[in-house]
Amino acid sequence: MSTYGVLGLLFLIAIFGFFFGRIKALSSADGDIKKLHSLPQFYGLNAVFLAFFPPLLVLVIWTFAQSIFVDERIKRELSPWILAEQKNINLVISEVDRLSDGLKVSVELGSLTYQQISAKTVGLDGIENILNASGVFLTDDIQAPILAAARLKFYMETLGNSFRNWLVIIGSIIGLVWALTQAKLNFRARPRVEQMILVLLAAAATLAIFTSVGIVLSMLFEALRFFGMHPWTDFFFGSTWAPSFSAGSELSILPLLWGTLYISFVALLVAVPIGLYAAIYLSEYASRPVRAFAKPLLEVLAGIPTIVYGLFALTTFGPFLRKFFGDGGFLGVEWMSDSRSVITAGVVMGMMLIPFVSSLSDDIINAVPQSLRDGSYGLGATQSETVRNVILPAALPGIIGAILLAASRAIGETMIVVLGAGAVAKFAGNPLEALTTITTRIVSQLTGDLEFDSAETLVAFALGLTLFTITLGLNVLALYIVRRYREQYE
Amino acid sequence: MTDTTPTNSLFKTSDRTKSRNAAEKRFRIYGIIAISIGLFMLLVLASTIVLRGTSAFQQTFITLDVELLESKLDKKGNRNIDDIKKVSTFGYNPILVNAVRGSLEKNGIETSLKKKELSGIISKSAPSQLREYVLADVSSIGQTIEFRFLANGWIDGYLKGRYTRESVANSKFASAEQFDLIDELVKIGVVEKKFNLDFILGADASDQRPEASGIGVAVVGSFYMMLVVLLLSLPLGVAASVYLEEFAKKNLFTDLIEITISNLAAVPSIVFGILGLAVFINYVNLPQSTPLVGGLVLTLMTLPTIIISTRASLKSVPPSIRDAALGIGASKMQMVFHHVLPLAAPGIFTGTIIGMAQALGESAPLLLIGMIGYIATNMPANISEGLLAPNSAMPAQIYEWAKRADPAFVERAWGGIIILLIFLLTMNTLAVVLRRKFERRW
Amino acid sequence: MKDQLNSDREASLSNGMPKITAENVNVYYEEVHALKDVSVKIEQNAVTAFIGPSGCGKSTFLRCLNRMNDTIDICKITGRILLENEDIYDAKVDPVQLRAKVGMVFQKPNPFPKSVYDNIAYGPRIHGLASNKSELDDIVEQSLRRAAIWDEVKDRLDAPGTGLSGGQQQRVCIARAIATSPDVLLMDEPCSALDPIATAQVEELIDELRQNFCVVIVTHSMQQAARVSQRTAFFHLGSLVEFGDTEKIFTNPEDPRTESYITGRIG
Repeated sequence: MSTYGVLGLLFLIAIFGFFFGRIKALSSADGDIKKLHSLPQFYGLNAVFLAFFPPLLVLVIWTFAQSIFVDERIKRELSPWILAEQKNINLVISEVDRLSDGLKVSVELGSLTYQQISAKTVGLDGIENILNASGVFLTDDIQAPILAAARLKFYMETLGNSFRNWLVIIGSIIGLVWALTQAKLNFRARPRVEQMILVLLAAAATLAIFTSVGIVLSMLFEALRFFGMHPWTDFFFGSTWAPSFSAGSELSILPLLWGTLYISFVALLVAVPIGLYAAIYLSEYASRPVRAFAKPLLEVLAGIPTIVYGLFALTTFGPFLRKFFGDGGFLGVEWMSDSRSVITAGVVMGMMLIPFVSSLSDDIINAVPQSLRDGSYGLGATQSETVRNVILPAALPGIIGAILLAASRAIGETMIVVLGAGAVAKFAGNPLEALTTITTRIVSQLTGDLEFDSAETLVAFALGLTLFTITLGLNVLALYIVRRYREQYE
Repeated sequence: MTDTTPTNSLFKTSDRTKSRNAAEKRFRIYGIIAISIGLFMLLVLASTIVLRGTSAFQQTFITLDVELLESKLDKKGNRNIDDIKKVSTFGYNPILVNAVRGSLEKNGIETSLKKKELSGIISKSAPSQLREYVLADVSSIGQTIEFRFLANGWIDGYLKGRYTRESVANSKFASAEQFDLIDELVKIGVVEKKFNLDFILGADASDQRPEASGIGVAVVGSFYMMLVVLLLSLPLGVAASVYLEEFAKKNLFTDLIEITISNLAAVPSIVFGILGLAVFINYVNLPQSTPLVGGLVLTLMTLPTIIISTRASLKSVPPSIRDAALGIGASKMQMVFHHVLPLAAPGIFTGTIIGMAQALGESAPLLLIGMIGYIATNMPANISEGLLAPNSAMPAQIYEWAKRADPAFVERAWGGIIILLIFLLTMNTLAVVLRRKFERRW
Repeated sequence: MKDQLNSDREASLSNGMPKITAENVNVYYEEVHALKDVSVKIEQNAVTAFIGPSGCGKSTFLRCLNRMNDTIDICKITGRILLENEDIYDAKVDPVQLRAKVGMVFQKPNPFPKSVYDNIAYGPRIHGLASNKSELDDIVEQSLRRAAIWDEVKDRLDAPGTGLSGGQQQRVCIARAIATSPDVLLMDEPCSALDPIATAQVEELIDELRQNFCVVIVTHSMQQAARVSQRTAFFHLGSLVEFGDTEKIFTNPEDPRTESYITGRIG
């Protein structure tokens, strides 16, 4: 029986348990609901919880563990042969998988039986013919060790699955029976059920932690593999980024970090003054209708998907800049050879970040108590003097926090730079030239035609881990600054 | 107190005050300039989208009377479908050329173009369109039927102003003579630009045929992804929020969860893509480039947003309601599920819709799980295929088109953006309407 | 002691021209008529107290005297208020300059989150009252001395103004207000957020201040008004009911409403 089949069976048992539990509980109270401790549905739910969730957990864990176990076993069996014949382990594994799937299909169609496979009564050619007849696609002649491995896999999986299915179903039935014996007059079903629901809720909450842990571990694992192939000192301190198909790739993060920081700086240069002044005007000067009109419109800039900005940078803003700075342009200079450049991506990214800075700053400025403003006006200060000398200093920690968050967003941005910044990795200073970033290289290394296990591909994980750490650091710093200095005027 | 300052008349504004007032005016102007720049940028963006994208919804078509010659299509004359199938799309090319020639003759247009250039004005998808028609209705062989074909992308580009006679002087795909011919055909109505529904509903096509590519399949892919996101993130998000807000005790463990959630909300989207690649594709071996994997990755991204907004909605329900429920003897869980959640529901739905709108526009993670370089040609046949068959999604499709660097595809990328924005606008408007309608002020 | 004070009062009151003259002042908050036809003369070198039950308009009127009500959009004011001879609501008058001449101290102490020095120096800095640092230092020291708090803060001028006790903060705010050498000092319930000891300190200070400033104080405590002021105005439901010498108001008021208020029957 397939995994889905078992799952379906569990569902059926659970549903059955629900109805039967209800009925049994009611009957134990002679049909009088008032005599029962809890409402009848809780006795039914009790059955559902006992008959469904524990077996489900076993099903999931067993399936996972089994597939890992089987894969490891197959790898161990084949590794001497792979080493001897200098084969690629990934290709071999996928052939084994395909073959064992083919055996499964043949058994289902009836052209092969389980006994024939496990007893190895049918030889290599016979298997080939049967598989072809069953419509299973084969690349070339099957080799003996692969067939042996496929047979082993098929055998282990079939046996393992049967065992698992029996275990799960029996466990489910035991749960069902147990719940039904509990479906009695004095059994306090509701608190029991509520406790189990609580466990489910807590599990959902811990998923957040698992996600974080998953992020870090997944990247860490592959990054460590990368550092096994490439010295970490060179990665963090080297000065060239030049992956190549043959050996001798130079893979250092510093040129990429430079590109990332340069473009983010340009973006903040655009977003912070505009966002801050806009926030000040909207919260201190603007009349109600102006504020009601302008604020939502600025927020729209934040809701536009980054791919739109990226395309805008690539096909509209870049060429527009080239009309001025490129050859044949209005200014008669040749500073810009390609539409993609630091300014192209930086300015467009700044556009995207304006509402970010302005919204956060607006909240922070509004949080400054009115009494401070009154004190300043009472002394005869103008509004701008009050903003510059009283409000902004009081709001400064919050505003710095907002800028840090905007910086973190800029550093982690992908689509705008992929389309608008280019692929050149060097310590260039000219903002009208293309420059690549960490995020761009992550995309290019992971979607290229390179082999997955090569250093050139795995470096993307090291890049991702570094990126994650940087943005995490900025976010934590922003939070800390805001919290620490908030008491200043409270 | 007048010994240090002379008595000034209030009616005379001192110079210093004048300069301070001038500084005040300048400050105000900076603020207005800042807002104007922001709004100007929005205007530029919006007009770019409209100007460059709307042309994608119109396509050039060419209407021809096609004689389905038996001598080419069914040599044996049996109308045996297996025999007819043996004629490949190449075999239909001559029929098309004849059709073009026939149309020119009928209308008295002379041309010096050769066979290849004549067939070059029609899309390369036309032969297969003919073939499908014939296979579906073999009795049509021998008849002359009027067909409407897509014009070749270069011709379409010419009519939309992308190409001029000078720009194709050295091209091997189009020529100035072809353009001249097209002008004649436009005059008699054989060639015309019409609204192209296939752009919205159809599938993507290869690099050679921008005229035939559409975003429909990618829309379906996005739909399945959003389905996964909704089905997973809403229950999980609400469950986690309910636990954290109503039941969890204040201890180190819950603090850790809260810090994790607020940090996850600020993690760059590409990192989630890496997670998806490493865990879902490499470790769990889910199929690449499928809406299922895309949906799983986007769920992880949207979860913190939903949790944060759900918690805010739960917090906004006043304690008096909770006290009243508990006072009647409801258990804590009953209080939460029967009273608090229903009251918080509008806020929860609003937050979910907004979270899903953000997820719909995400492209970076999708690039890493294999959705670029993939040509979405087939509509999924059922739900399981919808989830598990490789597909594309709207943002990924737009990126794919942008990457091809062909102006025809760039036009389509902008058109795709219009469609994506229509979806987003609808979802956000829905969220705002919901919020206005159901918001309660306690 | 009291006789001495009384004779001082007599002397100063006969000094001639009033500092502030209000004529037929009405204040409207959209539809609400908050202040009805108030006319009063406020003398220099004296403390004038505004008393009355909550919501009677005394704070509103106080805020008219330095045009703080300008910051409220929906507030409309008619009538004239003359500072010496000039109508402060005249179009030629810049409120910014006015507020350097008419200072204000608020109910809840509101020092800026800056150092004590910067708090006091803020007003002189923006109005350009000192041409160099040492002049500014002098102004700061003099203001703090006048506010009777110099000794307590002279060693911690760079410490934040928010780090002091409530009474100290309020005196710093007073010092801040007098640093611009105003002619008039407005105080809106300056002691209501302070404990009794701090209140006593501030009240003593008010009495000293009247030697150099014209002080107008809004208070909801009749005892405080009786203690510190020479002239008292009683407001009720937006109208100025009675205005006269403090002693007379509290011992022998003319209007029955005044009597009801001070005997505790209303408000």
